Amino acid sequence: MADVKVADQEVSKGFDPRLIGKDQSGADDQDAESGKMVQFVSFKVDDSEYGIDIMAVREIQGWVEVTKLPNTPEHVRGVLNLRGIIVPIFDLRCRFGDGLTEATDLHVMIIIAVGDRIMGLLVDAVSDILTINTEDILPVPEIEGGGDKRFLSGLITVQERMVALLEIEKLFDIESLVQQVVAAE
Amino acid sequence: MSKRILAVDDSKTMRDMVSFTLKGAGYDVLVADDGVNAISALVGEEVDLIITDVNMPNMNGIELVQKLRSDPRFRATPILILTTESDNDIKQQGRAAGATGWIVKPFVPEKLLKVVGKVCA
Amino acid sequence: MLPSAHDDPFAQFKVTFFEECSELLTDVEQHLADLESGDFEGETLHAIFRAVHSIKAGAGAFSFTRMVNFSHKFEYLLDELREGKLEVDPDMVSTLFRAFDVLSDLVSFAQNGEAVEDSYGQDALDRIEEYLSGQNGGASTDAAGGAAPEAGAEASSAAAKELGLEDTSQGMSGATPVQTKPGEKHFRIEFTPSEAMYRHANEPLLIIRELSDLGRTETTIDVSRLPTLQALEPEDAYFSWVFDLWTTADRDDIDEVFEFVVDDCDLTIVTLDSSDQVVAVDVSPCHEDAGGDGFGFFIDEMDIQAGNVSAVAPKAAPKPSAPAAKTNAKPSAPAPKVAAKGPSAASPKAVSIRVDVERVDKLVNMVGELVITQSMLAQEVGHTENGPSDRVVSGMDELSMHIRELQENVMSIRMQPVKSVFSRMPRIVRDVSKKLDKKVRLVTIGEDTEVDKTVVEELADPLTHMIRNSLDHGLETPAERLEAGKSEEGTIQLSAEHRGGRIIIEIIDDGRGINREKVLSLAKEKGVVAPDAALSENEIDNLIFAPGFSTAEEVTDLSGRGVGMDVVRRNIQSLGGRVSVQSFPGKGTRFQLTLPLTLAVLDGMIVSIADQKFVIPINSIIETVRPEASDVEQLVDGGRVIRIRGEYIRVLPVSRIFGLPGGEQDPSKGLVILVEIEGSRTVGLLVDELAGQQQVVIKSLESNYKAVEGVSSATILGNGSVCLILDVDALSQMPVLDAVPARKNTNGRARISHDQSRKSVRSDMGSEEIGHAHQRQSSGNDNTMGAHVAAE
Repeated sequence: MADVKVADQEVSKGFDPRLIGKDQSGADDQDAESGKMVQFVSFKVDDSEYGIDIMAVREIQGWVEVTKLPNTPEHVRGVLNLRGIIVPIFDLRCRFGDGLTEATDLHVMIIIAVGDRIMGLLVDAVSDILTINTEDILPVPEIEGGGDKRFLSGLITVQERMVALLEIEKLFDIESLVQQVVAAE
Repeated sequence: MSKRILAVDDSKTMRDMVSFTLKGAGYDVLVADDGVNAISALVGEEVDLIITDVNMPNMNGIELVQKLRSDPRFRATPILILTTESDNDIKQQGRAAGATGWIVKPFVPEKLLKVVGKVCA
Repeated sequence: MLPSAHDDPFAQFKVTFFEECSELLTDVEQHLADLESGDFEGETLHAIFRAVHSIKAGAGAFSFTRMVNFSHKFEYLLDELREGKLEVDPDMVSTLFRAFDVLSDLVSFAQNGEAVEDSYGQDALDRIEEYLSGQNGGASTDAAGGAAPEAGAEASSAAAKELGLEDTSQGMSGATPVQTKPGEKHFRIEFTPSEAMYRHANEPLLIIRELSDLGRTETTIDVSRLPTLQALEPEDAYFSWVFDLWTTADRDDIDEVFEFVVDDCDLTIVTLDSSDQVVAVDVSPCHEDAGGDGFGFFIDEMDIQAGNVSAVAPKAAPKPSAPAAKTNAKPSAPAPKVAAKGPSAASPKAVSIRVDVERVDKLVNMVGELVITQSMLAQEVGHTENGPSDRVVSGMDELSMHIRELQENVMSIRMQPVKSVFSRMPRIVRDVSKKLDKKVRLVTIGEDTEVDKTVVEELADPLTHMIRNSLDHGLETPAERLEAGKSEEGTIQLSAEHRGGRIIIEIIDDGRGINREKVLSLAKEKGVVAPDAALSENEIDNLIFAPGFSTAEEVTDLSGRGVGMDVVRRNIQSLGGRVSVQSFPGKGTRFQLTLPLTLAVLDGMIVSIADQKFVIPINSIIETVRPEASDVEQLVDGGRVIRIRGEYIRVLPVSRIFGLPGGEQDPSKGLVILVEIEGSRTVGLLVDELAGQQQVVIKSLESNYKAVEGVSSATILGNGSVCLILDVDALSQMPVLDAVPARKNTNGRARISHDQSRKSVRSDMGSEEIGHAHQRQSSGNDNTMGAHVAAE
């Protein structure tokens, strides 16, 4: 297992976790074994740990104030200037229904690409790059009322910790986002 | 070393098709969209063949052939004119101006390449 | 598309072709309009000819036979015109327009892969035929067909035989040292190049090589013509060759070898059978069709043509007159009826290149980034300790000047005259007025006014609708006009001009004006306005743009494909523009469109509202006022108005509309920025303070997020932060939230009801985004219906 404490490192824009992942894990060499090796960036929101497909991650950036957008859902923190591109930033804690994050300099935005859109996720800290065998991904058990399940694609166990893998397309499916807003109107 | 060909046509479609066909066969292709721009494209450039449309604004293909033939650098460069089947007197004008031959458009790629191979071996 | 698309090596160029067709057709239409107005010159006809010719050539490449055949005839008519053999008169113009229409339709049928009826466009063909036969007596009709070349070839080949050429090579038998193998034929080829061959840059060596590729050859060189070294001209041809060729190839293959040079040489090709008997011989029989598929070399057709020897080749020449006559005809080519164009336009030798719009857009975006970086730098420099040095300051000034200039220049690449859209209108006026039996004169003014390419393109639909609307509803019938004491012929004036960084387009008719009583009662009936609403005349006029006002019942054949003026307004709004109408009962109606010149930058006033910065487009700002407390009045609904020069103006508390905590609520303590909104109405935006004025680069919110109501787009300020650009029209229609702060109250939106048809201003140069926005918009059109009933 790669054991990179990204959160402890200097978190700056331009950091490309995919490169680190490649250097450290040699994932390509392990493909021959059963299952396929995949990589996730793991991060923390409160005490829970989540994983996001490393291929979707564009960069990781420390929190800076963003420009608020009027009359948008609470989890939409606003928009960020990412080298000339206007990128919406979503508060993941708030998206999970646990209220707004009191963002500080120590908080982190994970910039991801979903389809042809770029967006940022506000999280507490990035913790690791995980290289795992797809066979080790466990299904998400049925939870009363659905809960987070619809955002999750699977669960893995890393050093006794549970990491929930996020299905970004479902989490911030822009089409459904638009529909929600339209419906609200 | 691959042969260089200048393709002149005011129609982007035609230009693209000629250029695509020739490049696919390994030729080096320059393009221009009328006679004036063809002349400027040829400044300081050597080409092995020029293929030109006739009906173009600013300087048409016939004028271009005349102009090139009056330039010692291009006296011996093969020039093919691209013309439609019905343009018989265009062909004659092309001949009078000093063109090497003509290609009828629309053309099939094989034919274009064959003709090009013929004058540009 | 066509089923054969897979096999077609050029299928990928179809898109280019149709793009090009649409450009060419636009040009043609424009030139036809010039012909119609008499404002044209010789080059106009040449340009139309070239365009139709290019369409024909491209259509041929994709085997769009109908298009080829039609454009062929069309082109032929145009050729006669530019040669001065036919005259440009009104009937001709109408024929040309009809032909243009047919060609446009054929293009779009081909593009959509639709089948075309055989009879389609026959009327246009008939009219063209009429002209051609009227002048040339039938012969030209055949000449225009594709049969001519074969006929010519046969004729010349037959002529060669008639001349007894079979006998010429009789004496050559016996010179066959090599045995003819089974399946092979033995050809003897005598080839004597003329010096002209070298002048045409043909190379005998290549020919010899090619021949030997066909089979076994035996070559004899005749050097008898070689002069002494002193007399030798390096560019002349002195050798001649005799080739004996044993080959399985056909005669055609041999002809092909010589096809470029057959004119420039003496060539005899003889077939020798095993007993060395000559079975066939031809002299210069090679024609472009000898090879069968479309390339060739020069033959003596020219002479046939010049001599008009119709007995030999009656159909060989597409144009029956001798070339000499043609040359003479040129100077007498149709003179412009109106010599209105200045000398500068007489012979445009403008050198231009075609550039992909995408590349221009990249450039525009890059310059935009440069502008932002520059302003960031300037701000940073200003903050350095002890201040910047003089050299830095002057350097920064210069940089900013250059960047500004660069930006203007880059923007100007995308600018296009509105002419390309305006030129489509005469046809619409002509067609529609004919159907309606109305007499209409269209006057266009300022068609050289330039505006961003995207704006030009997006203008076509709204303008078409508005012109049709004016024709349909605005103008009266000739009888009605006479009765009203007007001239029979109505006038529609279409004009464009630049005003204050925007383009203003007006459509003015001298018709009956809007029937306000009817409009108001209809609007009440349809629930567009409250039954007891008291509206000003201007407000009533502008109801015709209200969604839901138009109904399907009013859809006529003319006013459109089920869209009304509300769609026109939305289209214009999506371009960051506004549309308004002013009616003068009995006298006419004036529609006014104002649009930004570019969708890439705007001049903005930066304001501060509840500690957040926003940009207000300068061109919507009328003035900024700081009202006295005594000028502020509270309305029953909680809203506030201010009194300015005797008028009451509604104040929009932006912070509350946007649900921002804090922010000044008292107009007399903050600043009120008066802005003009749709329908020439004025509202005041309540802000905390002004923070500056600058040109900003427009960035889309929608490329990564989605439209936000009340915000048209965003920009990036000098400090790198994102700043939202206000959509004042949208703001004026948004409800004021009761409670502040509203940030936590995310469900608040559910209670808000408002005009759903509103769409935020789209302002993005990226062509992809434009495509998206367009789709979104057209999908929005589906639920709208009806043409409006301006004046019935």
